[in-house]
Amino acid sequence: MFTTLARIIKYGFQNFWRNGLVSFATILVLLLAVIVFQGMMLFGEIGRQAIDAVQDKIDISVYFVSNAPEDEILRLKEALLTLSEVKSVDYVSKEEALELFKERHADDPTISQAIEELEENPLRASLNIKAQDPNQYSLIAGFLEGDASQNIIQEVSYSQNQVVIDRLAKVLSLSRKIGVLLTLVCATVAIIISFNTIILAIYSNKEEIAIMRLVGASNAFIRGPYVIVGIVYGVIAVLAAMIIMAPFIYAASPYVSVFITGMNLWGFFLGSFFKFLGYNLLFGVGIGVISSVIVIRKYLEI
Amino acid sequence: MITFSNVSKAYNNHEVLRDISFKIEPKEFVSLVGRSGAGKSTLVRLLIGEDKPTKGRIVFGPYEINKLQSHELPEVRRRMGIIFQDFKLLPKKTAYENVVFAMEVAGRSEEDIDEAAPQALELVGLGKKMRNYVHELSGGERQRVAIARAMVNQPDVIIADEPTGNLDPVNTWGIINLLLKINELGTTVVLATHNKDIVNQLEHRVISLDDGMVIRDEDKGKYILT
Repeated sequence: MFTTLARIIKYGFQNFWRNGLVSFATILVLLLAVIVFQGMMLFGEIGRQAIDAVQDKIDISVYFVSNAPEDEILRLKEALLTLSEVKSVDYVSKEEALELFKERHADDPTISQAIEELEENPLRASLNIKAQDPNQYSLIAGFLEGDASQNIIQEVSYSQNQVVIDRLAKVLSLSRKIGVLLTLVCATVAIIISFNTIILAIYSNKEEIAIMRLVGASNAFIRGPYVIVGIVYGVIAVLAAMIIMAPFIYAASPYVSVFITGMNLWGFFLGSFFKFLGYNLLFGVGIGVISSVIVIRKYLEI
Repeated sequence: MITFSNVSKAYNNHEVLRDISFKIEPKEFVSLVGRSGAGKSTLVRLLIGEDKPTKGRIVFGPYEINKLQSHELPEVRRRMGIIFQDFKLLPKKTAYENVVFAMEVAGRSEEDIDEAAPQALELVGLGKKMRNYVHELSGGERQRVAIARAMVNQPDVIIADEPTGNLDPVNTWGIINLLLKINELGTTVVLATHNKDIVNQLEHRVISLDDGMVIRDEDKGKYILT
């Protein structure tokens, strides 16, 4: 068993070296496919973070009447947090709202002076609510309308921003679907091209396969070396793609962070390096092995 | 050892072999003769399990060839040594590697291979050229490699389909003498040929085919086609 395996591996590497030009061409095609796959993974992450960043800017605010008791507001906050649609709820008291207002207008002496002259805090306490998904804001607004604390709510910002939020929710949902579709299309094209290249590479050896059958090679003995070659193609293509892509990712990282605040593409690449490598190997080696097995099967039938 | 019982083969309703029956005993040297298109190569293809008969039964030792599944074929092929007109050598390997490959697929040990492979090549007169690649050898030398490969696993039968078809007279007789030597050592030989001179000088059993049928089967026969 071990001897047979060792012989299969030996013939795999021998085939790889002795079919140098075919091996080189196949790796080149597989390399392009892996680069497309890596690009899809990176663009997928960039798109996801961009969508998250926009989504994070959407919220609805509930403003309370000026004499609303704080414990009533906090009760409403707790009730909101029990909803599965709610991601977070931030309470901003009247005093905090005033401090924020002062900070924001510290450079404007007219406004600062006008605030100082007022005897009473004119700002209202509020709850800022973020939903898990932008489509869920209407449900949260509905909950607020039906809650017993209606009498202390002065205003819910959703009614004013409803059209914008709904439109944004649709755009984000569409962007996600387009992203998935693009990934699928590109991955399919890459798989088909690589698959066909490996089919052609093995087709050029069909005479050799017939001779192996003639001298009594078992199906595993014939298939094995081609599977080994498929693995070698995949590993080399993935390693080469990683080496080629790394400097590009490093160079593009600062530009990406300008458009998407907080996004560190290089950090993402390094942080998920082994996951990235694993998926790529699964993709590259998977194509190599599966296409080899399928093509060889055709030549092993009587 | 080999039995054909009422074997027929048709391609697209055209019968190329019709009701073929014969028996070959161990250690026999049998020439299978006939004009081009008589059905010799089809018969060889059926015997080595490369194709299945439309009707009839083919038995080789304990195996019923016509009923073999794809995965059972390698075991049978290892008990046959097969030689073709176009040599069918692995082109990217040396003479030695071609012989070794046949031994490795048969599961022979490394020690066995190190001893038997050079011996087989010495026996066919290629001791000094065993490290040459196939494209570096002449037609006669390539056929000698094919013979070394066919005999190295000590098969029960050597099946040679027009082995001298691509060779000059000197190489032709070199190959035939090798087959005779193998037969003398106890291996059954089935030789498909349309070379009249060879058959007439061998004076062994001759099965003559014409239009897909056996028309003559004689011990110490001659090449006679009517």
